[in-house]
Amino acid sequence: MSEKSKASANFSSIPVIALLGLLSLPLVVMYAYLILDTVTNSEPGSLVPNEFTLEHWKFLWETRSGKSSIWLVTLNTFIFTCCITGVILLVSSMAGYVLSRLNVPARGFFLAGVMVLHAFPSVTLIISIFIVLQYIGLYNSLIGVILVKAAIDMPLGIWLMKGFYDTVPWEIEMAGIVDGASRFTVWRRLVLPQIKPAIMALGLFSFLTGWSEFILPQVLAPGSQVQVLSVYLASLIADDNNFDFATFKAVGVFYVIPVLILYVFFQKHLMNIYGGGTKG
Amino acid sequence: MRILLDKFSKSFGTTSVIEDMNLEVGSGEMLALLGPSGCGKSTTLFAICGIHRPTAGRILFGDRDVTNLPSQERNVGVVFQSYALYPHMTVEENIGFPLTVRRVAASDIKKQVAGIAALVHIDNLLDRKPSQLSGGQQQRVALARALIRRPDVLLLDEPLANLDAKLRLEMRSEIRRLQKETGITAILVTHDQVEAMSMCDRIAIMKSGEIVQVATPSQMYQDPRTAFVAGFLGNPPISFLKGKAAHGAFVSTDGKLQMTLPALSGIADGTALTLGIRPEHFGTAGNVPVEGKVTFAETQGRENLYDVVLPDGSVIRSIQPVRDDVTLGDQVRWGIDSKSAFVFAEDGTRL
Repeated sequence: MSEKSKASANFSSIPVIALLGLLSLPLVVMYAYLILDTVTNSEPGSLVPNEFTLEHWKFLWETRSGKSSIWLVTLNTFIFTCCITGVILLVSSMAGYVLSRLNVPARGFFLAGVMVLHAFPSVTLIISIFIVLQYIGLYNSLIGVILVKAAIDMPLGIWLMKGFYDTVPWEIEMAGIVDGASRFTVWRRLVLPQIKPAIMALGLFSFLTGWSEFILPQVLAPGSQVQVLSVYLASLIADDNNFDFATFKAVGVFYVIPVLILYVFFQKHLMNIYGGGTKG
Repeated sequence: MRILLDKFSKSFGTTSVIEDMNLEVGSGEMLALLGPSGCGKSTTLFAICGIHRPTAGRILFGDRDVTNLPSQERNVGVVFQSYALYPHMTVEENIGFPLTVRRVAASDIKKQVAGIAALVHIDNLLDRKPSQLSGGQQQRVALARALIRRPDVLLLDEPLANLDAKLRLEMRSEIRRLQKETGITAILVTHDQVEAMSMCDRIAIMKSGEIVQVATPSQMYQDPRTAFVAGFLGNPPISFLKGKAAHGAFVSTDGKLQMTLPALSGIADGTALTLGIRPEHFGTAGNVPVEGKVTFAETQGRENLYDVVLPDGSVIRSIQPVRDDVTLGDQVRWGIDSKSAFVFAEDGTRL
């Protein structure tokens, strides 16, 4: 899938592009205004900005009273997201392998159970999770919410991984065993590299859902020391006294930047996910 | 190294695949496990390399009992039908992998890989990935990977099945050359009798989990123990005629063909028999004449192949030096060479 799709000789792509462009124009305008509004002021009621300003980005170097520092919040978000991604990747890649390859008693039951867990909206569990966390002393801590979020996202990861492991030929594993490698080495050195696209996809996916997760940190870790960006952002508009729409937008843009960077760097891998599954 | 299967049995759940199989492969010998698909030959192979554990019986390498040893400790090299190369590694890393997992020093690995790659003639391809190789080259890589740590046994699971006809010929002699050069004990699993006959010292022919006969290729061809063996070896295949015994002779169902055979001297009259005639033993030179109609004629360049239908409907194949006086539909009167005909009892055993 390295080859680019070539323009068809008997079918012009211009009308399609024009139509798609026209349809997505409102979106472009909205994004343009989102970014424009964070660095300009405009007259009330006017759409045309009349001055350039950086005051909306002040939150980057000034901590407002009653709010935590944006950098602490960003750090929290990074820790939160990276830990979730790490835990999900580690557990799913191993659990998927076990479910796909080893003789597990009650495998079908386990897989179905995992699926049921996945079907549960996490909000319905939130009160019981809250009580459990409170009870074991992990309420209002990053570890607690990381564990909960990772556990809730894991079923999908396990299923995805199992599906990819199922496509790896048995012979590769047999060859590895006969070549003298232990089962663990076979998994790490021979099988895992075959499903790299899946790991990439799952990692990216976990990172994005972790980054945008709101309800769990909001309920389970609301304290200012463990706040993540989504909770911080929500607190900005929840605060009726200092209602500041422009800052809200600026924080929003700030919040989106890592996601955009991720897309720029991993676009190729995202494209590869379905194309390069079983190369060789 | 000598390999011995002693009363080896394997079943999966309640399905018994192999029961009480005894097989000995001499040191430095190349043995073919030949049989139709589903006869248990791959199961046997996987049991020897340790992927399947035997349900009962013992497996010995030399004097060492390896029955309960895991694959990793058995020192066998396997070439899989699909080659099972590791797609994410270069050829060099693929061949070196058995040494890498043994924590051999990197410089040593490099040296040994270079040596074995030269032996199988792929020393110019070491930096490629398996996907950049042709089928024959992948085959050589798989061989090199199996050979690099000097295994006690080399196991080949239908190694030529995925190659085109020309490469198959080439790899056939190539594998044989390597096996001879390294002096390694080898077992070849195949369903192709030509492969088995041309590459191996001995053939063990299998049918539904049992070894029917173990012999050298020529012995087996000239002296098959059962009708199954006779039918499996030889291309074009042997033809069978149904009939009965009468006064020490084979009599075809319609009574038109009578052939006195020394093997039938002690057989009671009326016993159901099957006569096996190889295509090269039916032609102008035979001593027992048979009349029939040519229903199929094919030239193979040097030889012609004919199917002759007898009045009772049975078919005998004949292979003869090229001649153009016989065409489809002709009535012919050719002879069977009675000395070379095989006669089998109803249960398939040779008399």
